[in-house]
Amino acid sequence: MKYTEEHEWLRVEGDIIVVGVTEYAVTQLGDLVFVELPDVGRQVSRDEDIVVIESVKAASDILAPLDGEIVEVNEAIVEDPALVNSDPTGAAWFFKMKVPDTSAVDQFMDEDAYKALID
Amino acid sequence: MDDGTQTLATLPLAQAHVDAGARMVPFAGYSMPVQYPTGVMAEHQHTRAHCGLFDVSHMGQVILRAETAEAAARALETLVPVDVLGLGEGRQRYGFFTNDSGGILDDLMIANRGDHLFLVVNAACKADDIALLRAALPPLGVEVDVIEDRVLLAVQGPEAGAVVAALDPRADDMRFMDVGGLTLAGAEAWASRSGYTGEDGFEISVHVSQARAVFDALCADERVALIGLGARDSLRLEAGLCLYGHDIDTATSPVEARLTWAIQKVRRPGGDRAGGFPGEARIFKDLEDGAGRARVGLRPEARAPMREGVLLFDAEQGGTQVGQVTSGGFGPSVGHPVAMGYVDAAFADTDTALWGEVRGKRLPVRVTALPFTPLRFKR
Repeated sequence: MKYTEEHEWLRVEGDIIVVGVTEYAVTQLGDLVFVELPDVGRQVSRDEDIVVIESVKAASDILAPLDGEIVEVNEAIVEDPALVNSDPTGAAWFFKMKVPDTSAVDQFMDEDAYKALID
Repeated sequence: MDDGTQTLATLPLAQAHVDAGARMVPFAGYSMPVQYPTGVMAEHQHTRAHCGLFDVSHMGQVILRAETAEAAARALETLVPVDVLGLGEGRQRYGFFTNDSGGILDDLMIANRGDHLFLVVNAACKADDIALLRAALPPLGVEVDVIEDRVLLAVQGPEAGAVVAALDPRADDMRFMDVGGLTLAGAEAWASRSGYTGEDGFEISVHVSQARAVFDALCADERVALIGLGARDSLRLEAGLCLYGHDIDTATSPVEARLTWAIQKVRRPGGDRAGGFPGEARIFKDLEDGAGRARVGLRPEARAPMREGVLLFDAEQGGTQVGQVTSGGFGPSVGHPVAMGYVDAAFADTDTALWGEVRGKRLPVRVTALPFTPLRFKR
């Protein structure tokens, strides 16, 4: 798994990247009550706001980590935003995207570097 | 959020909150617990199921004393459109300071404790309220005594009665809006059976030297959980209660805010002590003609919350702006987004269909009755 400075995790599955938010992110956000995901097929640019997440008190955005195309989104977390709080790195993935070159994830942090960031 | 120039006041019980794992945030010039490790949702739900303990010591506590109780009451009546003279000993009522244009300066609780009146005002308005009282009341023979050495705790929920009665059985004799003295964990407490959640409960003022003992005694009761400002806000929103500075402010008249129930008949046109408070002309006009707009409950029909500032329209495309959300979020007890706001009078009927603009998109929202959750006061 790789990590961005915005507390997203990335996992490569063949030629697809799966994206979610980290345990640390959900602790900071608090209980989620709303998730809005991008449409499948959408072309996104790196750092574009593509997901809205809301806790009881406030709204936040999640950014696209890379340029690419959204190929799948996780309806389960739209139905039940609390899943993000209970299983952020497993069942509560946010979206899957196709990117020109999956080795682009190498630029992001590994587990140790991320742990150092959040400490 | 520390900009280096902001010095926050600390609550007397600050260390207890930090020890309990509170996340502290700035609010009204104080460092306050916004949530504990359990989180806003769990704290909110615990309050409605059991009993929540809130430290609201940031709020202002003021005592008004005069030669006679009547003199103090009549003096306060020059600032609030409330029947203070008719408020019995051992009773409390809700009121608001008005300004010359009929707007609201702050809302407050007024208690008749026999030889004095006891006021609780909002933290954000504390300085202005005290200045107002100090300017207006001493010339009328009233001494304004600002209490700075007492902690204020709120104990709220269906089990709050039992929790407090376990410490002093006299709590069982108190009904909604009664005030009286209780002895809690050895401390002399000024208590009122009231709150800001829509649930039964008490608001308790104790001397700072005894506050930790009371706090610990309440926390030791397994029915009690500590609750932060995050849940305090979602609880009061579900209960349809106004938050000063958001749902009511200097531009809202009590009539627009649908708070006329707090203006007793004796202070209205035709009453024995009609008027005599700031803004009487505008308020009486609103009572007579109806106000041009009204505070309403709002029920977004999709999943997205509609928060303060969302504009309300009468059509999905184009149309006219007919209102604005003044408080909004998610209601953990009802499981859907909830909001309050103002709409033009023509759109204020329950079930009126409107559209709220959220992130550039118009989403459906319906005018709904308040409160969202049933009020469970001990009457």
